[in-house]
Amino acid sequence: MSSIGSSATATAASVRAGLTGARRHDAWGLVFEALLLASLLLSLAILFVLVADVLAKAAPVFADRGAGFLTSPLSSNPAKAGIVQGLVGTAILAAIVAGLAFPFGLATAIYLEEYAADTKLTRFIQVNVRNLAGVPSVVYGLLGLSVFVAFMDTVDGTGSGRNVVAGGITLAVLVLPIVIITSIEALRAVPNAIREAGYGVGASRWEVTRQLVLPSAAPGILTGTVLALSRALGETAPLLLAGAVLGSFSGLSLSSLFTGSYTALPVIVYDWSRKPQDAFRADAAAAIVVLLLITLAANVIAVLLRNRYERAW
Amino acid sequence: MAHAAPVLPAGMSLHGSARRRRRESVVRGLFLAASLATILISVFIVAAVLFEAVGFLAQIDLGKLVGIGWFPRRGIFDVATIVLGTLIVTAIAMVIATPIGLASAIYLSEYATPRFRRSVKPILEVLAGIPSVVLGFFALTLLTPALIKPLFADANSFNLAAAGIGVGILSIPLVASVAEDAMRAVPQSLREASYGLGARRITTSLRVVFPAAVSGIVAALILATSRAIGETMVVAVAAGAPQARTINPLDPGGTMTSAMVTLATGSDQVTGNSAAFQSLFFVGLLLFLVTLALNVVGDAFVRRARQRY
Repeated sequence: MSSIGSSATATAASVRAGLTGARRHDAWGLVFEALLLASLLLSLAILFVLVADVLAKAAPVFADRGAGFLTSPLSSNPAKAGIVQGLVGTAILAAIVAGLAFPFGLATAIYLEEYAADTKLTRFIQVNVRNLAGVPSVVYGLLGLSVFVAFMDTVDGTGSGRNVVAGGITLAVLVLPIVIITSIEALRAVPNAIREAGYGVGASRWEVTRQLVLPSAAPGILTGTVLALSRALGETAPLLLAGAVLGSFSGLSLSSLFTGSYTALPVIVYDWSRKPQDAFRADAAAAIVVLLLITLAANVIAVLLRNRYERAW
Repeated sequence: MAHAAPVLPAGMSLHGSARRRRRESVVRGLFLAASLATILISVFIVAAVLFEAVGFLAQIDLGKLVGIGWFPRRGIFDVATIVLGTLIVTAIAMVIATPIGLASAIYLSEYATPRFRRSVKPILEVLAGIPSVVLGFFALTLLTPALIKPLFADANSFNLAAAGIGVGILSIPLVASVAEDAMRAVPQSLREASYGLGARRITTSLRVVFPAAVSGIVAALILATSRAIGETMVVAVAAGAPQARTINPLDPGGTMTSAMVTLATGSDQVTGNSAAFQSLFFVGLLLFLVTLALNVVGDAFVRRARQRY
């Protein structure tokens, strides 16, 4: 009898130990969790180091030149070189991208999500958009070079067709799949009950889309568009292939949309980073600060928009 | 009593206003046209790249595709040089991005409190939004002098290793977010069953959730590989230009993408119908085919992961 009693006590003790003392034995679990957290924090640390390093390298340029850096033109003298042509070029590119990618992307998304029946053609368009989203940006540069630049060549007749409009169209095509995919997701998040309510009171498909679905999906669509725009403004490779100019040139591209040389902020960063003089590296860092302010500001706005208006149905 | 058939007043029909119907079909037509334009883009990409690539292959002696290195302006197009460069950079990038990205995904999905997730994920998205040319500058002016050179004294100022690390950093957010989505899609009941059997969190994460999400995790790695192969500016800034064939990551070199940028820029910009100009499109075709194949496979894994539960 006593042997049974003692084994029961032993069992109870081991159960108690199992329930209460588990943490003590789970050293591996803690180490594992710490490693996971460290990996995650490493990414954040890299981001921090990157920004701090660029700021430190850029600080002397801003201290010496102040706003003059923003308003001077390109130059082969690093002490005089500024980014005004890049700012103008990037602004024009942004306008072209927003003006083309947003309407085309939204229209495609509305067609695929609100109008199209599930046919072979619809599926083909969907697969095609997904694949376009994965095409490397440098390949879009080839498209820009052989189609848009060649087309601009026939339009203006005088220049080489390597103008800011061709570059803008290239970037618009590049981010179009992103606009489409994020807009589709936003439309899909609108519950069907909203649409059915609209049809119930006799609205047509376009009326339902415009007055009920789009207002509900607007925050998501805007977020996606802003993110796509921010991506476009940071792209360099397609512009290099589609004819943005490296090195300095005179004049602003603003005065001559179709014939003038143009450049953009990331193109300037690329050009200056590779120059051997340290002074140009500092200029490159300063240009990066401006570029990051623009693209990160767009990112932050997009994330805030989403968090502010995100609605759980 | 039988109902009389309803009689519509003269001039009225149940079709609704003709103007309204016309507007509907015009709007629909516009939307359809926009969708079809996306197909046109693909057609243009494939046609343009194929046309010039075929012209290139027809123009050169195919023996020129093997040589001492990638010197398109001298008529030497050793494809192996830039393919090896791409492999080196991509391998280094994935060695960086895989452990960090997957560990971040496991933490965010299995360990983090909702509040922690909400504050950390936007920061990862910011990292994903940094222009690649900026990462190139970071690799060239910080990673090489502060990390590569102290470790390997004979490293060149432009080297493939720093470029690979830079591309890896860019790929971390992609791996983390796709893998995290896959792990969060694993039903809670699997975790509860595991805990019910007395498994600890580490066991549940690694032996239950991870295998259940493996399709999505594989997809994350494939898509990140494809992205790394297509990444251009980090390599173009930090690794110099393609030169003699090398397998040493400490040498300067180039990938397929940076070879294209080098060809299209610089004082000796190539134009016209020269073989050097057309080689741009030949490399572009290779790149397009490789990334397309990887993306299709990756997408298939993503879909499989979605259908599982």
